[in-house]
Amino acid sequence: MPELNTSSLPDLIFSVLFFFMMVTSMREVTLKVVINQPAGTEIEKLVKKSRVTHIYIGTPTKDYRSQLGPGTRIQLDDDFAEVGAVQDFVIGERKNMAERDQPYMQVSMKIDNDTHMNIVTDVKQELRKAWALNIVYSSKKTNRVE
Amino acid sequence: MKGNRKVPGLNSSSTADISFILLIFFLVTTSMDTDMGITRRLPEWQPNAQEEEAKVKERNLLIVKVNSDNEILVRKDVIKITELKDIAKEFIANPENKDNLPAKEEYEIPGFGTVVTTTKHVISLQTDGDTQYEIYFKVQNELSRAYNELRDEWLFEQYHKHSRDFAEDADEIVYAKGMYPSKISEAEPRQYGAANIQYAE
Repeated sequence: MPELNTSSLPDLIFSVLFFFMMVTSMREVTLKVVINQPAGTEIEKLVKKSRVTHIYIGTPTKDYRSQLGPGTRIQLDDDFAEVGAVQDFVIGERKNMAERDQPYMQVSMKIDNDTHMNIVTDVKQELRKAWALNIVYSSKKTNRVE
Repeated sequence: MKGNRKVPGLNSSSTADISFILLIFFLVTTSMDTDMGITRRLPEWQPNAQEEEAKVKERNLLIVKVNSDNEILVRKDVIKITELKDIAKEFIANPENKDNLPAKEEYEIPGFGTVVTTTKHVISLQTDGDTQYEIYFKVQNELSRAYNELRDEWLFEQYHKHSRDFAEDADEIVYAKGMYPSKISEAEPRQYGAANIQYAE
């Protein structure tokens, strides 16, 4: 019985490998805040990842709680930040985007359920100042209607 | 006949295994889950917001307020979150042409034609500093649901198809959004109220 020629198998696997290498975004941030996201029914998928910038708002994780206390904190990229830093951060992120994506920039806000609105409102004001007007209240998907 | 010597082939049978290991590594580390959420557009920044007061007629304005006790107030009544969607739907569409709900006007949707709809309605969403984000998000979700249901009903009326049966970028979806454009105003902070929205007349 003739054996199946498997000499092209590595090539095949390599092409699948390259596909995954391309779609993987290696710049994943490690969350330093605990975020328990809300769930909604009317949510949309953010298809173009290259247009999205993230802002995380929540309480510090266990490791940081001893230094920072249990209060709500904002995380930009990998570090904690004050509200005032949001504007510069967003402008900087937009500069790094491809030019064709810049007008369509979306800021996705991952916010913990128990956050008070005054922080959220302050961040939103900063976003308005930075002219980043398309915002997303990031959430999980649910089918349960209120 | 020295030049005709055959070079033994490199044994490459393990290349597949190596690339498999790499593949599995990337499979595991890839986060394929896409971000999801409710999209909104913020108003443009105006440094002296107090001076630039939006003039909205009272009948065109629905104030939804979530106070620091996480109660939802619509027209000064406390309501349950389950009631909000229907109140919003009635306000947006004004199906019975009531005097105290937004006025209907002729409006041309580009590519579709002229429709009669409430063009000037505004839903003003206001919060206190101590309002919990979860409630705020639920209110946003319910308001989105009101718009989406109205658009869906309109699409069914026009084309006898539901919005989920259309392609995501179909013209009909754009028309439905033109029929019921989302007009949710998120009030200026610190004034915590309708202070920046003045009733005209």
